[in-house]
Amino acid sequence: MLQIKDLSVKYDNIQVLHGISMDIQDGELVALIGANGAGKTTALTTISGVKRSFGGEIVYNGKNITKASTDEIVRLGVVQVPEGRQIFSKMTIEENLILGAYTESDSARQKANMERGFEMFPILRERKKQLAGTLSGGEQQMLAIARALMSNPKLLLLDEPSMGLSPLMTEQVFDAIVTLNESGTTILLVEQNAFDALEISGRAYVMENGVITREGKSSDLMEDPAIKRAYLGGD
Amino acid sequence: MSFNYILGQLINGIKLGSIYAIIAIGYSMVYGILRLINFAHGDLLTVGVYTMLVLMGFSGLPIWLVILAGCIVSIMVGMTMERLVYRPLRGSGEETTLISSLAVSVFLQNLISMIFTPQKKAFHLPDFLTVNHSLGPVSLSTINILTMISIVVILIALTLLLKKTKIGMAMRACSDNLAASQLMGIKINNVVVVAFVIGSGLAALTGVMLAGEYKTIEPLMGFVPGLKAFCAAVLGGIGSLNGAVLGGFIIGIAEVLFAGLMPSDITPYRDAFIFFLLIVVLLVKPNGILGSSEGGRS
Ligand SMILES: Nc1ncnc2c1ncn2[C@@H]1O[C@H](COP(=O)(O)OP(=O)(O)OP(=O)(O)O)[C@@H](O)[C@H]1O
Ligand SMILES: [Mg+2]
Repeated sequence: MLQIKDLSVKYDNIQVLHGISMDIQDGELVALIGANGAGKTTALTTISGVKRSFGGEIVYNGKNITKASTDEIVRLGVVQVPEGRQIFSKMTIEENLILGAYTESDSARQKANMERGFEMFPILRERKKQLAGTLSGGEQQMLAIARALMSNPKLLLLDEPSMGLSPLMTEQVFDAIVTLNESGTTILLVEQNAFDALEISGRAYVMENGVITREGKSSDLMEDPAIKRAYLGGD
Repeated sequence: MSFNYILGQLINGIKLGSIYAIIAIGYSMVYGILRLINFAHGDLLTVGVYTMLVLMGFSGLPIWLVILAGCIVSIMVGMTMERLVYRPLRGSGEETTLISSLAVSVFLQNLISMIFTPQKKAFHLPDFLTVNHSLGPVSLSTINILTMISIVVILIALTLLLKKTKIGMAMRACSDNLAASQLMGIKINNVVVVAFVIGSGLAALTGVMLAGEYKTIEPLMGFVPGLKAFCAAVLGGIGSLNGAVLGGFIIGIAEVLFAGLMPSDITPYRDAFIFFLLIVVLLVKPNGILGSSEGGRS
């Protein structure tokens, strides 16, 4: 579904991605883990067309989207839930969801998608007329996910959805991610919370200093001593 | 000092305030989305009235057509400055764009001076617009009355636009969180262009109002009203539509009352007074009167 080949990205003169390659198949839940500053967010913003690469290419369903604009990429079904949630805090929850459907003009589909989000996270329905900025961190994360679902994503890019959440909240959010994946949405999950990410994903990539250093089945990586030491806090 | 005198001054303040408010709306919209303080905004007003002056030279054109054409030219100049200057500079920091906007402002002022000479020129609106109507103790010209009506109409129209239309929602989204808006598939460039179109058109409209008031125009005429409108937008809470309008009225009324009530050797300092007022308000409420407390952008 998504092929990333030799992708290189820099900020001003500092190169942060050094030719990374990834391959995501239809229906997979793939994790991308790595320490702070490894370049995970940069990889996602480049896939979304917000940041530009200077080398390599991104191919989505056979179409080269390396130079496509963000709105084209969203229309193709590649949708991102950004790091730090980035909800519209001065707008209501309902308005946030409507904005999520900016590229979806069919109002029946819009309604159905909103309903799906409300069923997944009932708290959002209760609060729909409330300003999004008044939600708790976990609720905001739910809103950010529900908002992304409004545009019918085929490939969902999640950037650290567990950031700042309590273990209970994290579990709830991760359950939702698994449910989404089981219902057919392909997912690329960026996480620092490596243990949980490896547990729910089928395959994973490990990124260090802008380079993919490991890849493989998540269950294998979980047993790998080096990975355990570096990311799972033990051996 | 009679009651009627004060009432008259108050109405004058509202009149001037409406003008500042309309300019401030454009300032505030662009700032809300791009965090760009466009000092050239006031000069779009000048571009509009000079276009109208030229067209008035062709007798026979109805005045509404002249005004419309002035607005259109102002809009085109506004769109051009966005495309040629501000878009390439996007993301380069607030200081850079602010200085560039000063440069654009000086450029426009000089260009107009070059084409039309720096001298004042007479600007005659048709009599039906300048004739005075006495309403009780005060007397107002048709254009004054239209100015006050138009601020109400503009406020209602823009509120509807922002709340009810897709592009309006996108504009609010962009001023709330630009990065997220892009990820929703909103074309930021289109939203920015719409903000410039609305701002430039409204600026040209206020040009007619100011020129109708003073009956003369000059190449620098837009700059100071632009600055005061900027103060109005900041005072009310920049980025907020209602804030811009409120700020416009406060500054208009404060200016007129200061000039009307203070001893005559102080009144020349009315502009200084306005800026002093701005500083005092910002010391108490750093985000302006209606501004939200979470200022910057993540
Ligand atoms: N806008 C930017 N300008 C300059 N450098 C940047 C910018 N954004 C990120 N960087 C740098 O690029 C590198 C990769 O950052 P990135 O945000 O992609 O890492 P990350 O893996 O997402 O980290 P984290 O887990 O902390 O979110 C870092 O060294 C960071 O300092
Ligand atoms: Mg990150």
